[in-house]
Amino acid sequence: MTEVIEKTIFELSSPGRTGVTFPDPDVPRAELPESLLRADLPLPELAEVDVVRHYMRLSKFNYSVDGGFYPLGSCTMKYNPKINEDMARLPGFAFTHPLQPVETVQGNLALMYTLQEWLKEISGFAAVTLQPAAGAHGELTGVLIMRAWHKSRGDVKRVKMLIPDSAHGTNPASSGMTGLNIVQIPSDGRGNVDLAALKAACDDTVVGLMLTNPNTLGLFDEHVEEVIKIVHDCGGLVYGDGANLNALLGIVRPGDLGIDVMHFNLHKTFSTPHGGGGPGSGPVGVAAHLAEFLPSPIVGILEEADDEQPPLFGFIEPKRTIGRVKAFHGHFGMLVRTFTYIAMHGPEGLRQVAEYAVLNANYLLARLRGTYRVPYDRICMHEFVAEGRVEGADVHALDIAKRLMDYDFHPPTNYFPLIIHEALMIEPTETENKDTLDAFAEALIKIAEEAKTTPDLLHAAPHKTPFGRVDEVKAARELVLCCWLPENYNK
Amino acid sequence: MTYIPISSSEREAMLTAIGVEKIENLFKDIPARYRFPDLNLPPAMTEMEAAVEVGELASGNETVRDLVSFLGAGAYNHYVPSVIDHILRRGEFYTAYTPYQPEVSQGTLQATFEYQSLVTALTGMEVSNASHYDGATAVAEAVNMAYAQFRGKRTKVVISPTVHPQYRAVLRTYTQGMGLELAGDDPGADLAAGPASLRSLMDANTALVIVQYPDFFGRLYDYTSLIADAHAQGALVCVAANPTALGLFKSPGEMGADIVVGEGQPLGIPLSYGGPYLGFFATRKQYVHKMAGRLVGETVDNRGQRAYVLTLTAREQHIKRERATSNICSNQGLMALAAAVYLSVLGRTGLRQVAELCYHKAHYAAAQITSIPGFQYCFDTPFFHEFAICCPRPVDEINAHLLEHGILGGYDLGQDYPALKDHMLIAVTEMNTKDEIDALVEVLSEASHD
Repeated sequence: MTEVIEKTIFELSSPGRTGVTFPDPDVPRAELPESLLRADLPLPELAEVDVVRHYMRLSKFNYSVDGGFYPLGSCTMKYNPKINEDMARLPGFAFTHPLQPVETVQGNLALMYTLQEWLKEISGFAAVTLQPAAGAHGELTGVLIMRAWHKSRGDVKRVKMLIPDSAHGTNPASSGMTGLNIVQIPSDGRGNVDLAALKAACDDTVVGLMLTNPNTLGLFDEHVEEVIKIVHDCGGLVYGDGANLNALLGIVRPGDLGIDVMHFNLHKTFSTPHGGGGPGSGPVGVAAHLAEFLPSPIVGILEEADDEQPPLFGFIEPKRTIGRVKAFHGHFGMLVRTFTYIAMHGPEGLRQVAEYAVLNANYLLARLRGTYRVPYDRICMHEFVAEGRVEGADVHALDIAKRLMDYDFHPPTNYFPLIIHEALMIEPTETENKDTLDAFAEALIKIAEEAKTTPDLLHAAPHKTPFGRVDEVKAARELVLCCWLPENYNK
Repeated sequence: MTYIPISSSEREAMLTAIGVEKIENLFKDIPARYRFPDLNLPPAMTEMEAAVEVGELASGNETVRDLVSFLGAGAYNHYVPSVIDHILRRGEFYTAYTPYQPEVSQGTLQATFEYQSLVTALTGMEVSNASHYDGATAVAEAVNMAYAQFRGKRTKVVISPTVHPQYRAVLRTYTQGMGLELAGDDPGADLAAGPASLRSLMDANTALVIVQYPDFFGRLYDYTSLIADAHAQGALVCVAANPTALGLFKSPGEMGADIVVGEGQPLGIPLSYGGPYLGFFATRKQYVHKMAGRLVGETVDNRGQRAYVLTLTAREQHIKRERATSNICSNQGLMALAAAVYLSVLGRTGLRQVAELCYHKAHYAAAQITSIPGFQYCFDTPFFHEFAICCPRPVDEINAHLLEHGILGGYDLGQDYPALKDHMLIAVTEMNTKDEIDALVEVLSEASHD
């Protein structure tokens, strides 16, 4: 018999309850078109207090950055400053309509214009669009820009995108969506792009290379300039996956290295919250030769400032734009948070972010090196990948990850990148103190001991969380995706 | 001001443990000539200073609270009950990641499962995913899904010209390079003809037919027979619906739609200058394997407790890579939570009440405006809370005049449809009082004979 810990919102419903009421109409009632009306609206009925208690109880089942250490590799789960939340909710921002005349939203447009300028300065690119909604959306935007550039030069035979084997899954998926063929490039023995393999793949059918640098092993490619040159020499472009930009703020500008186009993950690098899956925000920066292909519109200055007047900001359509990738102007609320974050950090603060993110990762690596094998063991950037196994013990990365929950830590990313056996990908970020890192390292060291002495403790973990391991097979086989259909309750 | 909690003595201890002398030494892999650039950014501010600076930008706007707004066109000024933001501001929700570890993510998982259930109930469909970026990208994903469903063998998509112009623009961007024919995407088409005009475009090569409900001009059509005709050609049909309208009017599910998508912003999400919003996406169970986006399913844990987990993940980019239907990874999780709370507190009666208020107020406004000489209905079709009006003068002139009187006028349809020069799209919601509507009518009367 299945035990129900928290009823669903539909099960909590009781006919006749209501959480919000609205005023009666202050205008005459118009006739409703009978034939178009719906017979029934099967939504739940609850009072406000029922709803609040329900979601409060649910919230307690979640692990979060506000609650503890969340070293999820590749996801940059840094602390989300509270002031950002207040700023995004200022009525002056929150109550503006996206289609208002530009004269009435100069504050919004000034913020967006300034943020475009700041992101250009931080990344070394010539132009930036704020429109993409998330990192993968930025990738799609970037790939479309790369294709449009080749096409504009009459170079129509390019159909191949080169993607290193350590790439995020979104890279091939984004390229695949635009109909390109993917060619995987292996890594070399030190975790860099394999130069010989890259050279062999480069020809006049290459659209470009999608490069994550630092890569998903947490390593900065030691031959990055050569990698870029090889791709450029065959007429290709280099896409930078900005998911790992946190390691590079004030350290190096991807545009300076020769990267042609890159997306930013504002929800990783610039502290906007992940929201349990989103919203993210994925602005895209491009070098000068790609600027006129950016999605439309971007924010520009319509009339320059003079002695008396500030500039008039508005929207500009890039000359050879790929088009629009989203309705309206991007995730504006995320842009406000990012603006606040950059304003408070300044140039030195941003550099410190990267420095301490890298310091924290290397410190954890130093503490764990003797216990867990690290296949590509060199100075890492903001994250590193260890093997989640213990010599002579029958445990997997998954068991170690689940056991970490009993020590009140969120597990690292596991089984990614795919090129590492039993990967545990650990990204501490700069917003964790030494005590937390020490406690986490000690928990992992203790778990390695447990793996040898009491492996079943790991196999059955977690024990102390409100829920135990879930049956994923049952979920996929029975596919109960919705709780209101009557047949779901006839079991 | 940074959020780094490490003291200098701790830093030194950590450097010693790592075996380097100073932090700079951790960056030797970076080409020396580009290392440590000077960033030309304003100096750091304290929180106190930043709050002032950002606050000044916010006060550089005029809002739909300062002004009286009749602007809609895809984003609507609705009342957002206080309770929603209180729940969104729970750090347990907003500072969590995608629920990859179900044992410590049941809050997000169950809330998402309930969101999926609420969306299926509202749309009359069988399954919903965990969200897309917005209404426009949800339409584009519907095309991806239909394309995948027919394994690329049907290469035509029919889209009504009365689907939101920005949604059509996004679709054009998404499909470049896919080799698809977009039929019907013609702003010069006969806009009064209604959905029947799409029939002649549908054929055996059509993968998907896309219509909007109510359409961009606020018009309500029963698409039942259009959908039956599309099905007779073997095509799927996607209805992009306004969720508030679904509180009152027949669901697209009842009409036989295969996919229902839409912009979820009206469900308790602030206007926020266009985002973040919420793309909802629902379909029939038979298409679930081709649907993009995350999905939460019900299961049990090893203690016999009902639990939830991300399911059918093999469809997604991190496993299927270039063969995935979509590249979507981050979605609109927190916005989906907002919509779920909104639908929970409004419930069966509240959502209908909002929809009726919008309907009655919009019809009052329309009747008053069309009684002004020179202002006429553009179409004679039933409408919900938005309607197109033919004006005696250019819309930008009228809107400038309205703005002088503190009124944010409607959307200028001439910018998207050449035949609708001097036509304004006016939206009225529960937020507009009779007095506001009367004030609009009064200023429009002046405008008509200035």
